[in-house]
This record gives sequence, structure tokens and C-alpha cells, in this order.
Amino acid sequence: MRSKFDEQLALLNKEMIEMGALCEEAIAMTAKALSEGDLSLAAKVAPISSEIDHKERDIESRCLKLLLQQQPVARDLRQISAALKMITDMERIGDQAEDIAEIITCLNGRTANESAHIHDMAKETIKMVTKSVDAFVSQDVELAKSVIGLDDTVDNYFISAKNKLIEIIASNPTDGEYALDLLMITKYFERIGDHAVNIAEWVIFSVTGIHKEE
Amino acid sequence: MSNIMTAENLCLWYGNTQALKSVNIEIPEKSITALIGPSGCGKSTFLKTLNRMNDLIPGVKITGDVSYNGTNIFDPSVDVNELRRDVGMVFQKPNPFPMSIYDNIAYGPRTHGIKNKAKLDDIVEKALRDAAIWDEVKDRLKKNALGLSGGQQQRLCIARALAVKPKVLLMDEPTSALDPISTSRIEELALQLKDEYTIIIVTHNMQQSVRISDNTAFFLLGELVEWGNTERLFSQPNDKRTEDYITGRFG
Repeated sequence: MRSKFDEQLALLNKEMIEMGALCEEAIAMTAKALSEGDLSLAAKVAPISSEIDHKERDIESRCLKLLLQQQPVARDLRQISAALKMITDMERIGDQAEDIAEIITCLNGRTANESAHIHDMAKETIKMVTKSVDAFVSQDVELAKSVIGLDDTVDNYFISAKNKLIEIIASNPTDGEYALDLLMITKYFERIGDHAVNIAEWVIFSVTGIHKEE
Repeated sequence: MSNIMTAENLCLWYGNTQALKSVNIEIPEKSITALIGPSGCGKSTFLKTLNRMNDLIPGVKITGDVSYNGTNIFDPSVDVNELRRDVGMVFQKPNPFPMSIYDNIAYGPRTHGIKNKAKLDDIVEKALRDAAIWDEVKDRLKKNALGLSGGQQQRLCIARALAVKPKVLLMDEPTSALDPISTSRIEELALQLKDEYTIIIVTHNMQQSVRISDNTAFFLLGELVEWGNTERLFSQPNDKRTEDYITGRFG
């Protein structure tokens, strides 16, 4: 009876997965470029970010078309409006990966200090983004909640990285700029985690109709 | 907001067929309540029960209570004509009487004993103004009402219902035979009228229910599945059957 509508919703989900995959790819590439000091790899992040921007436009127009044509209610309305909110966060994730890649090019090939756990932090944020998009597609509230739980881990990484970087500056003042660049990078990763949490919260709204602010 | 009408354990049978199954609902005063559900779900039956239009159908059996302003409408002491004056009805298809516009509106007040010309003039003008059709017909009040367009005829019927000063207006799919412009006029009108009247409207148009009603009641197979705040019902229905119906998964 509503096969056309279901087909369009399935296409929306497919595009959300693709956009999520692009975000994961951008962060993973950024993390790899950082740990290997690979500037050419860092340069490949910006094109992915602009692909993410295009995806945002595509999904946005698909959602608006669905609102117009199907006048969705209940779960359908929540799913479409949640998608509209989520893509804003995904687009920011792409931007922040690009920002990190830009800082990497300023590091002149230096890699992140091992003891600052920046790589572990990056791995956690990738996990958060992947899980939040998976949670949307499978409408899985528990999975979404686990993403929100992971945010504490990322925040703890940020605090310990900050302390480590303070130590670096104290023991070797000529490394001040390097340490500040790394601090910016960790802050961006921490923000990416926050965006994944936002996505997870919209997933919970999409399923239950309740957003955490309420 | 107090409740002007309430139904308690209302059951209705047409012969052996049960059309309403223990319906419980409260109708807040000066609000719009929309009744939705697939064809044959009992929503029109419920609507007609509220001013005892079903009394006219042979073989109808009703149990349970419907109260209007605290009085059970099935009580033998209730004068059905008075009930129907207070609880008026507008039907799906505009049904003006084959007489002048003026006489259509004056018909109800005249049967209730008002003969004074000046008084009738006032009533006719107020009813036509309230139904947002005065400007279109004020110069041709003596013309036959059947010459009006469908949308105008429906507003005339609303004016006719308003002329006897009802408290509740029952509307049975009042826009299903109208074009989009006439439909939006009736919807605007309903929103204006709720300042003074309580409106209960049966509609197959779910967007209409979302647009104009304060509360929505979803009927299925004679059962009132769920009722409550319209925005809540259409964004977070409590019952899976409601969700399936409003999202078009059945019905």
C-alpha cells in the first residue's frame, strides 16, 4: 500500500549509511595521516569532506521531498526529521576531520606523540560515528545509548592528552607550537565525539519520540 | 477546560452487529475533536449517537452512557428536539432545503417559535456572518439556495445549524465533497467557530485532522483505540494500530 514511500525511506537510509561511511573514512584517514606523518594522505581528506557536503545537500532535498509528498506522521515523521538533524552533525564531523588534516600539514611530518594516546582517541571516535549511524539504520536505541556512553572515554582521553601536552611544553619549550597543534587536534576529535552523541540522541528520538532535552 | 460531552462504556448494535464497543471519551468544551478511522470503524455511528440521530434507525440497541452537560442524553426525560438544537449536525453532502437562502436559515428558529421579522433578520444575518458566507449572499437572500456552489451550500448548512444557537456542532466529513479552496474555507471557519462552539468532526483527511483539531480519536472495528492531543497522537501514537493506520500501513 505504501511501497513507494517505503522504497524512498530505504533510499534515505542507504544515503545516510553512505554519508556515515564517508565520515568514518575521513576520520580514519586523518588518524592514519597523523600517526604516520603522511602529508599526502592528509591532503586527501578535504575532497572527502566536500563529498560529505554534497551528500548533505542530497539527503536534505530527499527529506524535504518526502515531507512534501508523503506528509509523514508518527515514526515516519520522526525518522525523516531525525535524518535532517543528523546530517548537520555528520557534515560538521567531515569539516573537523578536514580541520585536523590541515593542522597535520603544519606539523611538517612529525607524528603525534605516542604517550598522548591521540591515536586511541581517534579510534574511539571512529567507533562512535560508526555505531551512531548503524543505530540509526537499525533503529537500535541500545546501540545509540552505547555511543553516548563512549563519550566519557573520549573526554577522558582528551584530559589525559592535555596533561601530557602540558608536560611536553614544560620539559621542552621549543615544542610549544607542536604541542598546541596536537591540543587542537585532540579538541577536534573530542568535538567529533560530541557530534556522534548528537546523532545518537536523534536516533533515540526517532525510535521513542523523546529527545533528551525534554 | 471542562468537558461538554462524555461517553462511558458506550456500546451500540445494529441488529446483531456491534458497531461500537465500550467507547469512553471526553469532549472538552470549545475545542475541535476529530474522529478518524477506516470506513466502517464506527466513527460516524459514534457521531450520530451524540445527538441521537441513530434513534431513527430500526433495530438499534444502545448501552452505556453519553452525557451532555452532565445529563444522560438517553434519559427518558430528555427532549430529543432540544438535544438536537443544542447538538447540531452538518452532513457530508451539502443538503440545503429547496427554498431561499433566507428561509433555509430561518427554518430552524421558526420551528422553535420565533415569528418576529426583525428578530429573524438578525438571526439570519448573524448565522450567515458566523459561517463566513454573509458577504457572498447578502444581496441575494431571496434566491434559491440550490443555486449556490457546493462550498457555499456547505457553509449555508453550517449557518443553518448555527441559527438555532447550538453548543456543539457535529460535522460528518463536511469537506469530502468540496474543492481545496472551499475545504480550506470550512477549515478556517471551524477554527473560528471553536471560540464559541464545540466541534466534533469526522474526517478521512488526516492532514485536516492535524491542521484543525485539538484532540483526535482513532476508531477501529467499533473500538476507540486511542484518543488525545492531536499533535501527540500524530507524532507519538501510543497504540501500534494507530501508528499503522496513520502511517498508511493499513486502512
